[in-house]
Amino acid sequence: MIDLNACVGCSACVVACSAENNIPIMGKEEVAYGREMSWIRIQRYDEGTDERPDHHFIPMLCQNCDNAPCEPVCPVYATYHNPEGLNAQVYNRCVGTRYCSNNCPYKVRRFNWHTAQWPEPLNLQLNPNVTVREMGVMEKCTFCVQRIRGAELAAKEENRDLRDGEIVPACSQTCPTRAIVFGDLHDPESEVAKLAKNPRGYHVLEHLNTQPAITYLKKIKAGPVEG
Amino acid sequence: MAQLTYHQVDSDILRAMQAPGWRYYTLLSIDLIVVAWGIFAWRYTVQHGLGVWGLTHPVMWAMDITNFVFWVGIAHSGTLISAILYLFRVRWRASIYRTAEAVTVFALFTAGLFPIIHLGRPWVFHWLLPYSQFGGLWVNFRSPLVWDVFAVMTYMIISVLFFFTGLVPDMAVVRNRTSGWRQKIYAFMAQGWQGTDRQWRHYKAAYVFLAALATPLVISVHSVVSWDFAQSVVAGWHSTIFAPYFVAGAIHSGLAMVITLLIPLRRIFRLDAYITQQHLENLAKLIILTGLIVGYAYAVETYIAWYSNNVPEWQRFTYQVTGEYAIPFWIMILFNSLVPLLFFVKRIRTSTPWLFAIAILINIGMWMERFVIIVTGLAHEYDPYSWGVFIPTWVDISITLGAFAWFFLWFLLFIKFLPVISIVEVKEELPPPTRSQNGEE
Repeated sequence: MIDLNACVGCSACVVACSAENNIPIMGKEEVAYGREMSWIRIQRYDEGTDERPDHHFIPMLCQNCDNAPCEPVCPVYATYHNPEGLNAQVYNRCVGTRYCSNNCPYKVRRFNWHTAQWPEPLNLQLNPNVTVREMGVMEKCTFCVQRIRGAELAAKEENRDLRDGEIVPACSQTCPTRAIVFGDLHDPESEVAKLAKNPRGYHVLEHLNTQPAITYLKKIKAGPVEG
Repeated sequence: MAQLTYHQVDSDILRAMQAPGWRYYTLLSIDLIVVAWGIFAWRYTVQHGLGVWGLTHPVMWAMDITNFVFWVGIAHSGTLISAILYLFRVRWRASIYRTAEAVTVFALFTAGLFPIIHLGRPWVFHWLLPYSQFGGLWVNFRSPLVWDVFAVMTYMIISVLFFFTGLVPDMAVVRNRTSGWRQKIYAFMAQGWQGTDRQWRHYKAAYVFLAALATPLVISVHSVVSWDFAQSVVAGWHSTIFAPYFVAGAIHSGLAMVITLLIPLRRIFRLDAYITQQHLENLAKLIILTGLIVGYAYAVETYIAWYSNNVPEWQRFTYQVTGEYAIPFWIMILFNSLVPLLFFVKRIRTSTPWLFAIAILINIGMWMERFVIIVTGLAHEYDPYSWGVFIPTWVDISITLGAFAWFFLWFLLFIKFLPVISIVEVKEELPPPTRSQNGEE
């Protein structure tokens, strides 16, 4: 669930995601050509005039669609739907046809154009819980699956169910305005399930019937009342 | 062809297979250099990653898939001429079908490379093949890319079988005129052909069966290729017209390629008695038909983009006609649907220079069509924030040129190793030799 009223476009989530998920730094030229690897991005839309600027931010990341267009097109099942409803990407299996990215209306999949370099001392910042990807494979937001698995293991060791709010993806953890909230939509008592019922809630590109897992809460804008 | 005799047919057609001159070797060397350059460019890609191509986010397919679709398309007219026209007993196919069929086989050899070349990790391309992997994991049968594997492999197997079956009686002619190790090879390809009644009966039956098997492939293969696009959610790809539109375009480009190759072939080997102006005119007439279908498809796409009132469709259309790729788009409209209309004029469709020039333009136009469909669809999709532009690099261009050279390499070898015109079928068109005729010789 992402509340656009709360998002201030600070991009802390983008940085947090890069640090957590071993996202390589591509360099100025590659990024200028459109090859940045970030799994989450802050899309900026400017609708105002020069005198009265009107900026909108929308954090865009893998929507983990229930009816994901990327999944059926993969010839080798490198991207598939796991039983928890996550849209998983298997790096080892990916052969790099890139069809999943073409068929993703949100354009949140990132392709490893080259094998990323981690020169000293950058190698020391790699997260040991996350695979470092090689060239030729697709990658994307996993909802920090390593944190999901970590919390599940902790709960299992204590012989209890997962508690709401126990799993916090890096973007959500870092967001200063708590615009990003993660939780179990199937649990009606969870914070995210309650928030998703908000009348401001909508899904991006809902008409494509992708059934995204992320609900956005529409931004309330100042301005003359319509109608 | 009434004035020709059996003997003359043999020697005329086999003349093309005589030891080549320096011109041939020069052409072959240049071609080999371009092929080698293309292979080097691919090797460079494998070493450094697909980043050496101009692909970017969101344009993840561009010249790679353009080449794939283009070459599969080129293959189609060969089967149309050799199989469909055979079943319909169209007699003028006899002297051109061998070349057309060779175009089919070699175009598939070329197209078949691109599904491997375009992979991010081509060294695991065998994972795309349907067999039980890693203890029970199969390919995803819902993926249009897997359908492609089936479609193209089926097409390749049938075309190669059809090609070599059609060659059997001709190989016997060649076998009887060669000696040494060459004779052994041709004797193998002739499969012990003696021309007995029984052999003819079996041969004809096999040929009809293969023609009947190949015929539906003309429709199905490019339909399946078009579903790579039509099955997706991409605006401008997701369209029900794609299958017939691609099939017509495939035959359109294939006919143009056959004309492009027949004209120099006829001239260099002085085969005017066999490949007559009438043959080329008939091909030009077919091009009018396919050109009109393609033009209709362009019109329908435009109309639906407007009539559907679908914002992404319409923005994609306006981007196509005015954006970064407007020049390829207008080349496509002009060369594929407008220029072929010139064939309505008899003077133009019977003039060799005009035919050759227009055929080349259609080849260019059809390559551009595939490029425009693929790249403009991806460059401007639903999310304006992630629009992007593909700019080809030297690697993209080298691999594309290498693919063309690879196709012509096979064709150059074909000219020297196999009869370019079916000797047997040309003879079928001649009056059977009589005693008086033999006496005159």
